[in-house]
Amino acid sequence: MVTIKKIKQAFFIALWFMVLTFPIMVIKVNTITDTVVFRWSYLFWNGIGTFFASLTWNYFLHLKENKQKTETSDDIPMVHQLLQNDRFRIPFLIALAVFFLIYPFVFPMYHTSIMISALVYVMLGLGLNIVVGLAGLLDLGYVAFYCVGAYAYALLNLHFGVSFWLALPISAVLGFMFGTLLGYPVLRLRGDYLAIVTLGFGEIIRIIMENWDDFSNGPRGISNIPPPNFFGIDLGQHGSVIYIYFIVIALVLMTIFFVGRLENSRLGRAWIALRDDEVACQAMGIDKVKTKLTAFALGATWASIGGVVFAAKTSYINPMSFTIWESITILCVVVIGGMGSAIGVIAGALVLILLPEYLRAVAEYRMLVFGALQVIVMVFKPDGLIKSVRKTYKFKKVEE
Amino acid sequence: MRWIYITIGVAITGVLGFLGIREVVSDPVYFLELLLGGLTRGSIYALIALGYTMVYGIIQLINFAHGEIYMIGAMTALIVASVLGLWGWNAGVIAILAVVFAVVYSCAYGFTVEKIAYKPLRNAPRLSALISAIGMSLFLQNYVMLAQTPEFMPFRSLIPDFAFWEPYAHIMSSVELTIIVTTVIVMVLLGILIKFTRIGKAMRATAQDKVMAALLGINVNQVISTTFVVGSATAAIGGVLIACHVGQINFFIGFLAGLKAFIAAVLGGIGSIPGAVLGSLVLGISESFFTGYFWSEYEDVFAFSILVIILIFRPSGILGKHEAQKV
Repeated sequence: MVTIKKIKQAFFIALWFMVLTFPIMVIKVNTITDTVVFRWSYLFWNGIGTFFASLTWNYFLHLKENKQKTETSDDIPMVHQLLQNDRFRIPFLIALAVFFLIYPFVFPMYHTSIMISALVYVMLGLGLNIVVGLAGLLDLGYVAFYCVGAYAYALLNLHFGVSFWLALPISAVLGFMFGTLLGYPVLRLRGDYLAIVTLGFGEIIRIIMENWDDFSNGPRGISNIPPPNFFGIDLGQHGSVIYIYFIVIALVLMTIFFVGRLENSRLGRAWIALRDDEVACQAMGIDKVKTKLTAFALGATWASIGGVVFAAKTSYINPMSFTIWESITILCVVVIGGMGSAIGVIAGALVLILLPEYLRAVAEYRMLVFGALQVIVMVFKPDGLIKSVRKTYKFKKVEE
Repeated sequence: MRWIYITIGVAITGVLGFLGIREVVSDPVYFLELLLGGLTRGSIYALIALGYTMVYGIIQLINFAHGEIYMIGAMTALIVASVLGLWGWNAGVIAILAVVFAVVYSCAYGFTVEKIAYKPLRNAPRLSALISAIGMSLFLQNYVMLAQTPEFMPFRSLIPDFAFWEPYAHIMSSVELTIIVTTVIVMVLLGILIKFTRIGKAMRATAQDKVMAALLGINVNQVISTTFVVGSATAAIGGVLIACHVGQINFFIGFLAGLKAFIAAVLGGIGSIPGAVLGSLVLGISESFFTGYFWSEYEDVFAFSILVIILIFRPSGILGKHEAQKV
């Protein structure tokens, strides 16, 4: 509990932070008019804030350490336990289905639109989860494939009038090809070398899109991308948003189904084995090249499908939507949600995308809060919000 | 497979070499300018890359917030210099105090960031520490943006035009000269620190094997903190120098500089200090030539392409040791 010693410690930490933040928070210079403003009140509030923050921080850190000592490693998160229980699972799924079905009709269009982007991130997150969570390949350039999908639809539509429904499979194939193509040269690289090279690929594709004017219309981007057509009937603006919403829901369900099946398939188990120990895995006769490439390519496929939906939803794309921050956001979705766990990734996407949108009330501070939250979640829950659980078989003791 | 790569490599080198020699002969002064410009650029990358590589060598973490530490160094220098300038202090004193404050504050920030965001994650999965670093980077950027301003702020150069350098100033400015000289001095000092002092020895031992180092009585946590402090100090020096060179700063400069420096560190073989310096110089000089002779808008594409090409041939960087995998 709170002892004199801890209060003393918190006091010194507060003092340290007051010194630390002094030049940047207290002194505000205006280099154009050459004036300096001292904001002494900030120093005071900062000291008080840090004092209490450090007390709580240390208290929770202490709790976490104590918990780690008593906890066994194989306990299952509560969400999984609840979902395995049939009595709870069926009503929960029905409630969820009803919620998502009536969502666009109950809430205004703005909220539907935000939900669409969150669901696109669910798809991207699940795709990246294959690469990072299952196969253990740290990919920081995932946005490249997202970009490929979006531009594929936009350009095909602009030049050849290809419709949304045709663009979807075309860009999926294109994404698969790009994934294989970019995956091939980096197969030999490991860990962080891989991360930085994939990051490089992501940036290369974005910069090319920005500078190759004749091909991609440069930084001006491509506008007037049509929304998906519904048997030729004009749905109006509101109708088409709802339509896209349901398309995304269908795609997300499809993704969840596919990824779930993949995870427990021969290929999925090969990915997990490769992540855990490459050498042992090869010794067991798993083809490393093929396994890694399929992970890359399948991840890329989902990213490009997400890109098509993104382009159709916003009806305007430019290279600035595909910066490295986008890759980082998707990676955060996967890691904060819980690597390798589909439920975790879904929760992560909903939290990470919806939170900043609803934090717009405190618009200026939202990225500050977002960054701080990332640190806090990782410090207190390093395995993510919902930890992944491998499929296990349990034997029940038979009463004799 | 191999000979295809070699043929392509030889062909590209040949064409570039031919073009290069033609350019050098036709305009040697321009060539020299580009070379020195590249050297300056590489020096700055090296000052930042050192922090990355040292931290990586010890705790295998890509310290994403390192670029922000560099930005905070430049920012502190700007604030201190403006305040003292307004009080009418002597220019030389201002320059020295600004640098001192920048270094001290960057070290303090580096130290604090490590304690808050990385220390509790020492035994966690590596990606968690990476996300924590990304969060810290976002936090620091927005903190500086909110506390100061999102606009670019003009940075008055702290380095005067040296009189003795006047005859050569058309090829290379005094600021560039200072950057290169400072970098060399910092490198030498750092080399001495790592090779000959007790703490340097402890750092090397910790990088090799943390558990064994702890068994031999090295305070591992203290060594890690020292590494962050030293890395932050070099980054702060880099920050002040580049701010003098470019002439303006804002809260976002840390990101791109950090990224480039990280590329340089990986290029040289991450974890290796000479590698970081070599990688930075290779990157800086080749970028300078590329933008000088070809297209400047594809500068970053070129940087990444070099990285990809070098890593395809040497998967652990130029000077990185190829580690045998333990089973």
